[in-house]
Amino acid sequence: MKLDSTARYQSSHEYARKDGTAFVIGISDHAQAALGDIVYVELPEIGKTFAKGETFGVIESVKAASDLYLPMGGKIVAVNEALGGDPALVNRDCYGEGWLVKIESGSAAEFGVLMDAATYEKEADKE
Amino acid sequence: MAPFAGYDMPISYPTGAVEEHNICRRSVGLFDIDHMGQLIVSGPDADAFVSHTVSGAVLDMKDWDARYSLLLDEKGLVRDDLFVYRLPRVNAAEGRWWIVVNASNLEADFAWFKARAVEWKGKVKVEDVSAETYMIAVQGPRAIELLDSMADRKVSAFPRFTSGEFVIEGTKVLFGRTGYTGEDGGELFFPAEKALAVWEAFIKTGEKKGIETKAIGLAARDSLRFEAGMPLHGHEISPSINALEAGFKWACDFSKADFIGKKALEAIAAAGLPRKLVGIEMTGGVPREGYEVQAPDGRKIGLCVAGMFCPTTKKYAANAFVTPEFAKVGTDVAIVAHGKPKPGLVVKRPLYVPAYRR
Repeated sequence: MKLDSTARYQSSHEYARKDGTAFVIGISDHAQAALGDIVYVELPEIGKTFAKGETFGVIESVKAASDLYLPMGGKIVAVNEALGGDPALVNRDCYGEGWLVKIESGSAAEFGVLMDAATYEKEADKE
Repeated sequence: MAPFAGYDMPISYPTGAVEEHNICRRSVGLFDIDHMGQLIVSGPDADAFVSHTVSGAVLDMKDWDARYSLLLDEKGLVRDDLFVYRLPRVNAAEGRWWIVVNASNLEADFAWFKARAVEWKGKVKVEDVSAETYMIAVQGPRAIELLDSMADRKVSAFPRFTSGEFVIEGTKVLFGRTGYTGEDGGELFFPAEKALAVWEAFIKTGEKKGIETKAIGLAARDSLRFEAGMPLHGHEISPSINALEAGFKWACDFSKADFIGKKALEAIAAAGLPRKLVGIEMTGGVPREGYEVQAPDGRKIGLCVAGMFCPTTKKYAANAFVTPEFAKVGTDVAIVAHGKPKPGLVVKRPLYVPAYRR
């Protein structure tokens, strides 16, 4: 599994990575591989606020639909519009062009409690 | 891998479901479908018995013709769908029929044919030859070109919906120019012990001839058949769905003196159908089996029996049974996905017109 060592992860396979004052949210390589071909991503409206752990969207693969959970609370400041035309970007480049949303977080401490890449790798390997 | 009628089958190969679908539409897809069942019906009364037991016309079929039909019960409900091949007669009086059935229905279909034969009191023999018969499908716009390069007969000379025998990799096969993808190509039946050799010969010959040839898993098999408007047992057809509401009047020959289910279907037609199968294109998500279909005012009007992203048409579409007033092409409906109604439009089926019908 590919990992982004600068990102932090939660056990439902979403990651967060610092991006200036915001955080980029996406799903891990392990998650995209398990889902298979991704064919639709439903993302929230810009400006909406979510608590940590809340459902902020749905990702649909050929096999199934899965809820997306925010790894940290915050306000949506950007969504990846490119996924509308090419949802498979999540398969091809989940840490790069296949990002999902950007949030401004009220609590940067929530970032610190997420798993680092090595810890997440061990946990994902157990699945 | 997924369990399927007692077989472990790949949902997709490493190629990935969407790419597998696209390869079959542009070149050649190989389908390992040994799970399908094969029955032989023969005997002095075989012709009349097959005509009585399946929904469609069969007596007009010439030797080697292959035709789609349904296996109905007395209520007109769909027990299974079949491909019926007329094999050459043993002698002038004795017909032989090769009948391909769905994996999950093999035992029930075999028992059904045998029981109907006893009840019908004809001189008919029904055999299940599934265990010794392997089945693979070779489908796609370059499938016949690939087959032509490997067979000892010109496969391209077989018209659509006919069958015949030839030798491939030293193995005699029964070949039908049929399939379940909406592409040209065929389905091959041959002794099970030759399975690996024949399969690998297709892959190797494809490589050698520069004809892109890849194995196709269950997910792409489903999206290919779905776009082409073909039913999948347990979805568009099942023992709780009658042939008419599923849109299969064309596969029922009402001019036959009798077939199992005929009387019931005539009564259903006279009373009017309470629901009809339609295609619906949806925006704002992926429709899936079990999702509710609503009228624009929020009233429940039906249920999706299949739904997915269609890689060729690049649309999100469902097949659904809806009340007849919403079955017309162009009707606005909604499909409830993740608790929210999403806009849908009733569209013409099939979404992808099969290559051999264009």
